[in-house]
Amino acid sequence: MKWRTEDGGWSPYLAGALVGVLAVASALATTKVTGKASYLGASTTFVRAAGLLERKVAPQHVTNNEYFAKEKVQVDWQFMLVVGIFIGALVSSLTDGSFRLESVPPTWAARFGSAVWKRALWAIIGGIVAMIGARMADGCPSGHGLSGLMQLSLSGFAALALFFGTGVLAAYFIYGRRKT
Amino acid sequence: MNSQMLGLVTGVLFGFLLQKGRVLRFDKQVGAMRLKDMTILKFMLSAILVGMVGVYLFEGLGVIKFNHKSMNVGAVVLGGILFGAGWSVMGFCPGTSVGAIGEGRWHAVFAVLGMLLGAALYAELYPVLYTTVLAWKDFGKIGLPEMLGVSPWVIIPVLWAASLGLFAWFEKRGL
Repeated sequence: MKWRTEDGGWSPYLAGALVGVLAVASALATTKVTGKASYLGASTTFVRAAGLLERKVAPQHVTNNEYFAKEKVQVDWQFMLVVGIFIGALVSSLTDGSFRLESVPPTWAARFGSAVWKRALWAIIGGIVAMIGARMADGCPSGHGLSGLMQLSLSGFAALALFFGTGVLAAYFIYGRRKT
Repeated sequence: MNSQMLGLVTGVLFGFLLQKGRVLRFDKQVGAMRLKDMTILKFMLSAILVGMVGVYLFEGLGVIKFNHKSMNVGAVVLGGILFGAGWSVMGFCPGTSVGAIGEGRWHAVFAVLGMLLGAALYAELYPVLYTTVLAWKDFGKIGLPEMLGVSPWVIIPVLWAASLGLFAWFEKRGL
């Protein structure tokens, strides 16, 4: 087993294990700072960000919405975590030379061509469906997958199996059974 | 340090590791769902295996508390299916989409845009879902050890062994 991949990345086992250490350190640190352990997650931030944007055009509507009231439209710990993911990825990719401007992902281009509008349209549709699902299930592969499974949560096992199982099935219909 | 600052520092490290593990790519996520490239599964399972030991250790010592998500059957099953289908079409999950933009894969902005729309839409649907799908059956915030009535220190080694077996199989098959 190699610790470095051909393109200068790290072995997924190594990088993943370090994320495990980070998750535990983060639970300890948030307990110390806020009195309550926060576990890694990302999808609630999309609700808060949507609420912050929607508030610009319809403030009363956001205030009156039960879900926005429940999740609290604010820039909190997880919101900044998601901002940090962007910065961390930027720093890592710029320093190891893997930063690349890409308008259409190669796998998509090989199957559906390199038209940006087509990718954009389906990314938006997929994004809408995925986020409705993530909010309904109350988590994404970070919140349910990583954080749920490391706490051995029943909901984490069920959610990750369904995320991945349905994803495999959908990918079969989208990409077919091609060899590449 | 306040909680926002702590979140930012944690996020920078998380994003750095996600990028180093090369799991932010559309092609890695779709590759896993096409059962051709298991990079993201290796990454996630490694994080989970290490994390569960630490989390259960410190919980056992009374230093931290768990924060299980509810096993609300309708929500997890229907939500899980919708997420999986959308994930496959979009090629990113919420956390990786933002990181993908960071490494220059700017088409992920469309995924982020879609997810913001989805979040806004969910807020509108919530009152209806609350009395229907979300009200079916909720087993509550429960972990596997309580459910099975066994010590986590029995479950954890079993999951380690199963995952290491899976890793060996991935490596043998070149996945």
